Amino acid sequence: MESVLRLHQLHKAYAEFVLDHIDLEVPGGYVTGLIGPNGAGKTTTIKLIMNLIRADSGGVEVFGLKHDRHEIQIKDRVGYVGEEQFFYEQRSAAWTGNFVSHFFSAWDPDAFDHYLDRFELPPKKRIKKYSKGMKVKLSLAIALSHAPELIILDEPTSGLDPVVRREVIDLLHRAAAEENKTVLISSHITDDIERIADYIVYMVQGRIAIYASKDELLSSWKTIHFKQDSVPASVLESLEHVETQMFGSTGITRDFPVIEGDLTEGISSGSIRVESVGLDDILIALVNGD
Amino acid sequence: MFIVISPLNPDPMYKQVTDQIKDAIADGSLKPEDRLPSIREMARELKISEITIKRAYTDLENEGYILTRSGLGSFIADINRAKLRREKLVQARNEIRKILNTGKRFGIEPSDLVDIIQKLGDDK
Repeated sequence: MESVLRLHQLHKAYAEFVLDHIDLEVPGGYVTGLIGPNGAGKTTTIKLIMNLIRADSGGVEVFGLKHDRHEIQIKDRVGYVGEEQFFYEQRSAAWTGNFVSHFFSAWDPDAFDHYLDRFELPPKKRIKKYSKGMKVKLSLAIALSHAPELIILDEPTSGLDPVVRREVIDLLHRAAAEENKTVLISSHITDDIERIADYIVYMVQGRIAIYASKDELLSSWKTIHFKQDSVPASVLESLEHVETQMFGSTGITRDFPVIEGDLTEGISSGSIRVESVGLDDILIALVNGD
Repeated sequence: MFIVISPLNPDPMYKQVTDQIKDAIADGSLKPEDRLPSIREMARELKISEITIKRAYTDLENEGYILTRSGLGSFIADINRAKLRREKLVQARNEIRKILNTGKRFGIEPSDLVDIIQKLGDDK
């Protein structure tokens, strides 16, 4: 599996926050989701990749090229949607498309028109009159209209309504599945990532806490509900964040395949119940873990 | 009493509550005259809405499983365990029908299944 994006010991220190020697390889042709609470370092990481801020040490390679030395060449092949959208507000989407077309060797005006139409963005209207969601959609339209091989999105769906969110997410999924593009998407709306991501990176306090395939994560993490005193010690040891209330106890395990055998009896007698977790359950467990 | 409310369960939450209280009565962990927690208490412990618990208690009361004495709380009624057992038999029958269908699909005869049940019963 070839990696399209490689971070090596990437380090950036601010007064109140340290992105601490991050190593990461993002595989080509897949969707990788970057999940973390606010202030975990998601945006810092993405800005470092896009060379919008400078690292203190460490390196970034995109398509096997150093990201600072070959910035123009790289950005020609990267579709980027940042956390905030900056446009010439007095101008229209049509004008903006024409303006940015000069920066990209593979700009496709027909694709751009198609996305404007699809996202219901009036091409002649001044961007000033666009809503927040419309601006995000315009950014996406630009990012997708120059045949990018790598699409990087920082919280792209946070200002969008559920209908458009679903559409954007499906679009990104298709880009990876059918056109073999690589997608790196950060979000704290884990629903979106859960639907489409092949790989998940959890960031907590400036470090990568977990990097694994989504299927692997969701099959090894499970919530276990149990009647007090009904689980063997081996199971209890593997449970984190055990909460007990009047009607039973609940904990989360990251080693379900290991303890599964010890649970069968309790499951059949009704004193243990196993439930699938969502990506946000894992996030909450990781954040409360330290 | 062991109650788990699951958002992944297609049954509505009030039904998950009533079903599990009925199970606790059927298996004897709740006995006649046992006092149930107040609606507020149960809602807080299970982290679900009071309206949901209220609906569950009303249903249980209408079906005769619990009695509410004003000012005192809700209590398990002195219900006919035989009736509950019949309900459980119906449930078991439905489960067995599912197993029979699975067997049919994969060419396992009912007599093979009877053997398995017999053997598992002996092991206990």
